[in-house]
Amino acid sequence: MADLTTNFLGISSPNPFWLASAPPTDKEYNVRRAFEAGWGGVVWKTLGEPGPPIVNVNGPRYGVLHGPDRRVLGLNNIELITDRPLEVNLEEIARVKADWPDRAVVVSIMVPCEEAAWKTILPRVAETGADGIELNFGCPHGMSERGMGSAVGQVPEYIEMVTRWCKENYDRPVIVKLTPNITDIRYPARAAKNGGADAVSLINTVSSITSVDLDLFCPQPTIDGKGSHGGYCGPAVKPIALNMVAEIARDPETAGLPISGIGGITTWRDAAEYIALGCGNVQVCTAAMTYGFKVVQEMIAGLSDWMDEKGLARVSDFVGRAVPNVTDWQYLNLNYVAKAKIDQDACIKCGRCFAACEDTSHQAIAMKPGRVFEVIDAECVACNLCVDVCPVEGCIDMVQMRPGEVDPRTGRTVEPDYANWTTHPNNPMARAAE
Amino acid sequence: MANGQTVSGIRAGRLPAGEIAANFGDLHPPLDAHEAAVAADRCYFCHDAPCIAACPTEIDIPLFIRQIQTGNPEGAARTIFEQNILGGMCARVCPTETLCEEACVREEAEGKPVEIGRLQRFATDSLMARGAHPYTRAAATGRHVAVIGAGPAGLACAHRLAMLGHDVTIYEARDKPGGLNEFGIAAYKTPGGFARAEVEWLLKIGGIAVKTGRALGRGLTLDALKRDHDAVFLSIGLAGVNALGLPGEDLEGVHDAVDFIAELRQADDLSALPVGRNVVVLGGGMTAVDAAVQSKLLGAESVTIAYRRGRDAMPASRYEQDLAASNGVRLMFNLAPVRLLGETRLEAVELEYTATVGGRLEGTGETVTLAADQVFKAIGQTLDGAPGGIAIEGGKIAVTGAGRTSLEGVWAGGDCAAGGEDLTVTAVAAGRDAAMDIHAALGA
Repeated sequence: MADLTTNFLGISSPNPFWLASAPPTDKEYNVRRAFEAGWGGVVWKTLGEPGPPIVNVNGPRYGVLHGPDRRVLGLNNIELITDRPLEVNLEEIARVKADWPDRAVVVSIMVPCEEAAWKTILPRVAETGADGIELNFGCPHGMSERGMGSAVGQVPEYIEMVTRWCKENYDRPVIVKLTPNITDIRYPARAAKNGGADAVSLINTVSSITSVDLDLFCPQPTIDGKGSHGGYCGPAVKPIALNMVAEIARDPETAGLPISGIGGITTWRDAAEYIALGCGNVQVCTAAMTYGFKVVQEMIAGLSDWMDEKGLARVSDFVGRAVPNVTDWQYLNLNYVAKAKIDQDACIKCGRCFAACEDTSHQAIAMKPGRVFEVIDAECVACNLCVDVCPVEGCIDMVQMRPGEVDPRTGRTVEPDYANWTTHPNNPMARAAE
Repeated sequence: MANGQTVSGIRAGRLPAGEIAANFGDLHPPLDAHEAAVAADRCYFCHDAPCIAACPTEIDIPLFIRQIQTGNPEGAARTIFEQNILGGMCARVCPTETLCEEACVREEAEGKPVEIGRLQRFATDSLMARGAHPYTRAAATGRHVAVIGAGPAGLACAHRLAMLGHDVTIYEARDKPGGLNEFGIAAYKTPGGFARAEVEWLLKIGGIAVKTGRALGRGLTLDALKRDHDAVFLSIGLAGVNALGLPGEDLEGVHDAVDFIAELRQADDLSALPVGRNVVVLGGGMTAVDAAVQSKLLGAESVTIAYRRGRDAMPASRYEQDLAASNGVRLMFNLAPVRLLGETRLEAVELEYTATVGGRLEGTGETVTLAADQVFKAIGQTLDGAPGGIAIEGGKIAVTGAGRTSLEGVWAGGDCAAGGEDLTVTAVAAGRDAAMDIHAALGA
């Protein structure tokens, strides 16, 4: 059986599934129950400055995007960092860590961008025995209006500065949590690395308005007739997060920087994908908030079974394995030619492929008597839209043409060799092929 | 109890009143909003959807289901009513298993079609619950059309004509409108007085006068109708009932299934409705199943459907057959009645096994006798009371195009007209299409 133990920045946990800094990790009661359910670690909900606690709204904090049967696809929140006194949180962290030495306990922190503030809180966190800290430079709502959260994460210079303060004033691992609400994720990641961060974690939530109440003409969640943008998370953000993770993993300036992957991880498969793109572990929130802590048991079992099937003994065996296959568009092989092929036995004759291709793509599917749908190779550009909209998995395949065959669409013979845009004759910037 | 299931004869109250009432509850309870959303999400929104082609009224099913998905059930209802003003009844009584749901690609994919019928009911119920009528009439044309028979075909025709601005008078032989929707379909398919409510809702469009107790040959003549109206639509149904032509047919306890169903549908108190201890239903169509199942639900101890051909030839769908079987009705095939036995009261039915030899159905000589207090004949209905001089084809009024008969200015549709499947939904389609043709012919 695969060994799911991970060692992330020297922090050991029995599996790579940590709960992200969020409501599920706001207090001892939840965290103990999470550990009992099997979670490998937690990032404690973000602590703020000593003094009067944070105040939250007293109306709805969450908005939602539903799929069929009210399946939660995306969650939006306007909750702030912990609203419990710092002392209470610190005591609880210390107790939990003492009782669960094999689990990772990392503490998320957000205090003003002043060195004194960090110098005040870091020793107190260190005293708890927590395994490390995560700097919350990500929350896009509320705290950002006060110059914290994503307001820091959107300015690489601030990230570097604060990270450096933390490294100077704290002797355990420092993880920098990045906001996705930025144009190019590589810049904040580089800044974190330059400031000495041991790792980055991403993504924090995406700025969002999930819906508008069409009776009140007001964004949801609605507080007394008004709404404010929140932070979006859950399965819907996974593709955005995966790309940002990959960007950092393959950026020469940050390559090798450990990454903790966050964003819509709901199943073992999601986790495996993040790890394959370079994450040393993953953090989960929405799945737990939707299904409860037990959901980790499927993740653990699924990942273990898949690793066994693949002959992977340890999680570290496949960290980043997909990274070399992430490339720029200009390097994709333009001599790779495929055609859609419809399995007539599997086809249920819904005609969605036809509607999609005929109305919005390349008119490359013919509808024949008896509702028989066939690909017209002379028109098919292998765009994959038919595969995507087909309700039957495996019914339509993209079949690669073999070198030497003639593509009936272009009339050209499929070349055996790799060739990309950089050398393409239509490219005015093309370099001569060597 | 005094009149339990095992008391011989034809008795009322074989089951406690509460049990009978529960037995006649909704066969398919309505979907609630969440159930409808989940059911609607299963629709693939097929291109040129097969379900539309399978619907005799060609309702745009994927569109109305998508409207349900997006939280607009009343819009969905309008999509339905556009094509089928009796979409509420059709949602309840259509044999969807042989129409839209049979064609659903989910049926092909997983043997479980989208629940189109129940979704249609969800939509139509949503709109009808408000009581308002969704259509208004076009400017008056000054034309006046007579519709003979207030069944589904007549109502659909009248509504469409009224919508187009014509005035309509419906002449109905019975004491209230609705036709088979009101008198001829199993009660559990349309409980709660829905047939009556639907007619009242339909008539809210205005411009339609309903005159009951009026039939051709009973104070009405086609000549007079033609003289007094600009067009005539015949939707007189099949008022005649086939006879067995067998010894003992006049014994006490031998009934026409359609009369039993009509009586049941009109009964205020089902626990006062008598039924036999041992009931035999002769026939193999929907009427046979409706009579048999309802006999069982009233508390008959044993109910048998005897059909003279094999299961595959049975006009009632497999779904209906299974419905009967699941209610405890015994289905017997290849059995034709030979004689009905008894002194003055029916006691038993003698049947002979049949086989198809050289394409013909023949008796094998082997017989079986089933004890029976009550027999329901459900071996088909016939055209009765068609006006003289009108061309007949295969026992029904011959029509071409959208219901044009051999007589100028006279259209026909529904069960009385040739073609079609004797379903509510085909009658609605025929009435609607005839109305459009009448409208065109009137040049209004």
